[in-house]
Amino acid sequence: MRRLAAHVASVAILALAGAAIAGGAAAGAATVKPRTTLLQVERQVMCVTCKIPLQEAQSPQAGLEREYIQGLVDEGESEAQIKRALVAQYGPTVLALPSTHGFELAVYVVPLAVVLALLATVALLLPSWRRRARERAPTIAGVGMGTLDPTDAARLESDLARFD
Amino acid sequence: MRRRLLPILATLAGAGLVALLIYGVSAQSPNRTLDELVQRGDYPLAPQAARRLPVLGAHGESSLASLRGKIVVLNFWASWCEPCALEAPLLERTQDTLQRHDGTVLGVTYLDASPDSEGFVRRYHLTYPVLRDTTGDFAHSYGTDQLPESFIIDRQGHIVAISRGEVEQSFLQRALALAERS
Repeated sequence: MRRLAAHVASVAILALAGAAIAGGAAAGAATVKPRTTLLQVERQVMCVTCKIPLQEAQSPQAGLEREYIQGLVDEGESEAQIKRALVAQYGPTVLALPSTHGFELAVYVVPLAVVLALLATVALLLPSWRRRARERAPTIAGVGMGTLDPTDAARLESDLARFD
Repeated sequence: MRRRLLPILATLAGAGLVALLIYGVSAQSPNRTLDELVQRGDYPLAPQAARRLPVLGAHGESSLASLRGKIVVLNFWASWCEPCALEAPLLERTQDTLQRHDGTVLGVTYLDASPDSEGFVRRYHLTYPVLRDTTGDFAHSYGTDQLPESFIIDRQGHIVAISRGEVEQSFLQRALALAERS
């Protein structure tokens, strides 16, 4: 009886320990975040002096920007936090995105306008295309006799008669 | 009617794109209105003087307007700009003299990270105030697209001289003369 009680107690302790380990691991897994890398940020920002993507830039300023980003990466900052910090330091031009005002707004508006214009053109032309297609259909069907001169028509008739 | 409408629409669209291109080219090129006004002798008020900018190496903000009543040599610079490094000692010497005549050099950094700017200030022992133009809007209102650029602003807040590029002694002499005279 005592042995049974000891077994039950040890099983209970093991179960609790297992649950604690599993819980801890789960909690650990929940807090682990994918680490931001320099490469990840580099391809989304510009070298502010050379006006090309930082990923491709080799100037001394590009080196300084990389150092700054690497410092933030080492501090464990997320991608969004690093981008915010870069904007605070260098201004919005550091982001490899056209701004939403002034001439750069055209980057967003023009493609949309072109698509809309194309759709409008298609909508405008579609009825006349259909009409033309309908008009053409009987002509093709009637090509047998309608477009041949009488001599050719007679020859065709006689040729066809030979096959009958 | 529809047959005519399509070429008209296509022509309008083409003209629109050409207009957009022309606008884009003109919008991207630096604004030289201030230079023209100064050349004519119509000294314009310094733009965006009331705009508050963060102070480099300190908490808080300040503006050009807070220096109204002083002769100001407004100097745009960045730590990565080589001519800025060349002119820094000259500007610091000018600051020594200007200070005695109720004037100051006001540095404004542009496209520069504050740790780099602070390093530059330490390296060249700059004692004049420096603000940070974090958006670039302040610099753009002065037509600044290349660094360094300097502007002499009189006690009433008017731009009286502009130097685009590395500043020369003769340019700064003008600020000193103005400060001593007024």
